Amino acid sequence: MQVPILKQGSYLIASVQAALTDADLLDLRDRLAVQVGVYRSRGVVVDVTVLDVMDSFATRMLRSIAQILRLRGAETVIVGMQPDVAFAMVQLGLRLEGVSTALDLEEGLELLRRREKGGSNHGR
Amino acid sequence: MKGKGNAIAVREPPAAPATELTRELVAHFRGKKDFLRQQWVEQMTAKSFLAGLTPKETETESITIYDTCVGCLERGEYRAAQSYATSMAERGVLRGMTTEQIIGGLLTLRDVYGRSLFHRYHREMARLSAALDIYEPVANKILSIVALAFIEEREKVVREEREKVVRQQQEAIRELSTPVLQVREHLLVLPIIGTLDSHRARLLTEQLLRSIRANRAKVVIMDITGVPNVDSKVANHLVQTVDACRLLGATVIVTGVAPEIAQTLTTIGVDLGRILTVCDLQGGIEEADRLLGYRVIVTESAGSPSPPAPALER
Amino acid sequence: MAADVRVPIESDADIVTARQQGRALAATVGFGNSELTLIATAISEVARNIVEHAGRGEVILSPTEANNSQGIVVVARDQGPGIPNIEQALRDGYSTRGSLGLGLPGARRLMDEFEIASKVGKGTTVTMKKWIHRNLTEFPLRPRR
Ligand SMILES: Nc1ncnc2c1ncn2[C@@H]1O[C@H](COP(=O)(O)OP(=O)(O)OP(=O)(O)O)[C@@H](O)[C@H]1O
Ligand SMILES: [Mg+2]
Repeated sequence: MQVPILKQGSYLIASVQAALTDADLLDLRDRLAVQVGVYRSRGVVVDVTVLDVMDSFATRMLRSIAQILRLRGAETVIVGMQPDVAFAMVQLGLRLEGVSTALDLEEGLELLRRREKGGSNHGR
Repeated sequence: MKGKGNAIAVREPPAAPATELTRELVAHFRGKKDFLRQQWVEQMTAKSFLAGLTPKETETESITIYDTCVGCLERGEYRAAQSYATSMAERGVLRGMTTEQIIGGLLTLRDVYGRSLFHRYHREMARLSAALDIYEPVANKILSIVALAFIEEREKVVREEREKVVRQQQEAIRELSTPVLQVREHLLVLPIIGTLDSHRARLLTEQLLRSIRANRAKVVIMDITGVPNVDSKVANHLVQTVDACRLLGATVIVTGVAPEIAQTLTTIGVDLGRILTVCDLQGGIEEADRLLGYRVIVTESAGSPSPPAPALER
Repeated sequence: MAADVRVPIESDADIVTARQQGRALAATVGFGNSELTLIATAISEVARNIVEHAGRGEVILSPTEANNSQGIVVVARDQGPGIPNIEQALRDGYSTRGSLGLGLPGARRLMDEFEIASKVGKGTTVTMKKWIHRNLTEFPLRPRR
């Protein structure tokens, strides 16, 4: 299922609605890379609240999304990770190095705003 | 326990095919079924063995028991009695029936059957004696089956009860040993006390992650002053916990790393580079406030003899 | 007891099916939420290895029981190229594809039991198990049977 991408001000919000296949993730990465340019977005929030599994491929994809978007001038924040999923990820040995995280969409947007103002570095 | 009913030695009933006399006894009990069953129910009522059963239940249960016993006598085998006993025990125990009610009820039935045999054969002593030889071992065997089923069920209930208590206690101990304290908005403090094995580290992490979500925490202080020995294994647990918190968007500050522990960690080459550490809890809270965007301002109230109290301001 | 579930693995969509089925079966066995996530994640890794390294295969999920505790068995099987050096493949960070190399060692950490049987040119079978309340069986008050 394709992940919808919404525009909110100078930010994009990709809100995952259901379990993602590898192809869905690749598609998300490619569309985000394009749309960040189209809308000149400064930040992207990827909301993973509904994901019940984050395996090595998904992690690799999120990291690569963040890296690509940074090269295109946008910050990425992953929000909404479930406690159980976070726990499984670290047990597996996975980390989201170089990717910002926040509790939920609201916090994620707040983090982006603060970053833009050059404020606190919190959340890194 | 396997092989139910083998533990108590009882006289085995004749394994031979039903004799002519056995058939006669079976016919006798079937013919007098309504009368004898009624008698049995009356006697049980008198001894208040039926407390808690509705008249309808009494009716169906007594018919089943009556028929099952006669069936055992007829076929010389006890599978039906065995399975009925098990289900009866389960139901009886669960509904709070006593041993006396169940065993007493069956003893009463044994007497009812026995008496009716006396009635029928009291003029022919030899035949009565032969009839009792057939009847008694069957009655004893059924009794022992029911008694055993009942005891096993009791043990099971006690065991389950005990396991439940143990589980609850463990749960309570876990909760107690890792309190997650909310110090102020967005800030949690987790003082870890005692050894940190992988099982506990896991529970602690799960609990902490849930608290972060529930309290919308942004900063967590993990104070390890109370952890006696931090080896590479414990250190790895800590690193994992820190990483997991970060995935939820929270920053972790580790405090209370004693000098010897700091030394051990560097010697065994644990990579704590990604972890933000501050000397003690007080320093940790100050660092947390800084991260959260609070400013500590010292109020100088004129004439106050006591040391100035720090106040927080966003 | 619930019946075994067989999931053919041929594409990335089958990886999602396998882990969802695994989660559902583990839930009927009685696992708690955080364990369900661990199990689903481990299944995702071994199923993905089939797609990435062997092309096709299957994942078989079944309930199991031993020493009074319930559990789940996950078997991931393929007839792909096989793994020449299992010990190496189980090392954190080892990957022949330039990937993270965390799938196998990670799945092993998530589960209670983990075994690989592989023959070069013949295929690979990964068998993993997880038990409920493993720590309780070590508890002294538990009656011995
Ligand atoms: N089913 C398989 N058939 C053949 N080779 C396999 C199979 N599964 C794993 N391997 C080999 O073992 C190596 C390690 O597997 P592992 O899953 O740990 O890492 P990966 O798949 O390369 O990367 P990651 O899973 O982290 O994305 C693989 O690179 C591959 O060479
Ligand atoms: Mg892999």
